[in-house]
Amino acid sequence: MTRYLQIWGVQLRTSLATAMTYRASFILDGFMSLVWIALALLPLIVLFDQRSMVSGWDRPSALIVIAYFFGVKAVMEGIVSPSLIQLVERIRNGAFDYVLLKPVDAQFMISACNYEPEKIFDFIGAIVIATYAFILRGYPPTVGQVALGLALFVAGVFAMYSLWILCAAAAFWVVRLDNLIYLLQAIFDTARWPVQVFRGVWRILFTFIIPVAVMTTFPAMAMLGRLSARATLATFGGAIAMIVISRLVWRAAIRNYTSASS
Amino acid sequence: MSSFARVWRAVPTLLRIGVAETVAYRAEFLVWILTSTMPLIMLGLWTSVASEAPFRTFSSSRFVAYYLSVLIVRHLTSNWVAWQLSEEIRLGVLSMRLLRPIHPFFSYAATHIAALPFRSLIALPLTFILLISSGASALSTDPLQLALLLPSLFFAWLITFGILFALGCTSFWFTQMFGLFNFYFGVWSLFSGYLLPIALLPSWIGRIAEYSPFYAMLGAPIELMTESLTPHQLGVLFARQALWAVAAVATAFWVWRAGVRRFEAVGG
Repeated sequence: MTRYLQIWGVQLRTSLATAMTYRASFILDGFMSLVWIALALLPLIVLFDQRSMVSGWDRPSALIVIAYFFGVKAVMEGIVSPSLIQLVERIRNGAFDYVLLKPVDAQFMISACNYEPEKIFDFIGAIVIATYAFILRGYPPTVGQVALGLALFVAGVFAMYSLWILCAAAAFWVVRLDNLIYLLQAIFDTARWPVQVFRGVWRILFTFIIPVAVMTTFPAMAMLGRLSARATLATFGGAIAMIVISRLVWRAAIRNYTSASS
Repeated sequence: MSSFARVWRAVPTLLRIGVAETVAYRAEFLVWILTSTMPLIMLGLWTSVASEAPFRTFSSSRFVAYYLSVLIVRHLTSNWVAWQLSEEIRLGVLSMRLLRPIHPFFSYAATHIAALPFRSLIALPLTFILLISSGASALSTDPLQLALLLPSLFFAWLITFGILFALGCTSFWFTQMFGLFNFYFGVWSLFSGYLLPIALLPSWIGRIAEYSPFYAMLGAPIELMTESLTPHQLGVLFARQALWAVAAVATAFWVWRAGVRRFEAVGG
């Protein structure tokens, strides 16, 4: 276990060093994060200028969902997706063999080997939005609500991570999947809205088929003290099920791997 | 032989190549189209918001008409020439194009025009859904406006292509362009009406948008489809589109001329 932590530390340091080489790009990315956050907030501002309540969500609680959205997005785009994009490249040119040769679990090696530290701006944005939302509401969440909210944040991140692993596993069969990654990002974009504002087919799709609700809506409800015990357990259960499934698919994919170079 | 005649003679071949390219990458093409989900998300959101009472002047069916029109116009007019150009400059593949006696503006344009039949395959079912949906009642029925839709789409296509071509040319100066393209997409989605109908935005954003090239790329054709305009409004709309089309193409040529001198054929 300590060895895994050490490896992780080294990988983090090298990525940071790389990112800091391109300082101008780092600042520009920070500025871009601000632009995107502003664009994401705009429809919400337009909506709540006219209505005080939409499907049981008022302005502060909808802001919490957006905060979760940017939090999960920061972790995904800062840690997971750059790593997995690198994996796809390695599968194509055969360099993945070297990863398999190492005496460390391959999924660990490819899941967190490449970072984009500039995504920290998204994460800071998420914390600022959440803080503002609670000031707007007038009273802070209890310690229990914050703890549960954070635990569900981790569960949501792992649920999204599992989706990414499933996509990455597909790379063993189809090789080119840049577009698949864009598609995944496009689907995750729906997570910025509370799932209850959608109706009918949309809500079923986002709750069960592509569980974006698990990533933002349910954790936000926990933070707001609205999530029932049953829904909490279902969210954790759903996240664990997704991790197990993605692990199984990953193992099957590795067995199927026949290297590009030899 | 004048350069214009030369281009004209090459057009059929260029179009054939374009069709072949699109067919070869059809799977990627399809997934790429599926990624523009934003209008669908907004459609789901706003129809449910407007289901009980209209949101300002927008009824539920007006939202349906609006966002389906957004999808149709976007599929017919958008392209990825900036990414293509940037990639070719960075890898040095562009030197191949420079050897040909045709301005790259035309050869790229031909490729993207050739993709239009395939794009129509996406736009047609969308149009069909729009016509049988509740949004049909919010569509314009004025024959003049519908007749003018095609020229308006043509201008929108030309402006989009010109601006993206110019953006792609900035790769002659800088190597990492994806940040700029992302920024462009953000500004575009606000001012073109892609994210929200301009009428719902704060009025100062709406005023900027109206004069911007972005609105002429998407908002203008949608206005023809979903609103009833006075002859004066029609005139203003087309004058703006035409002006921006000329400006966009001129900028594309100008940036290309300034940039291509710096090209050193990396790895060529």
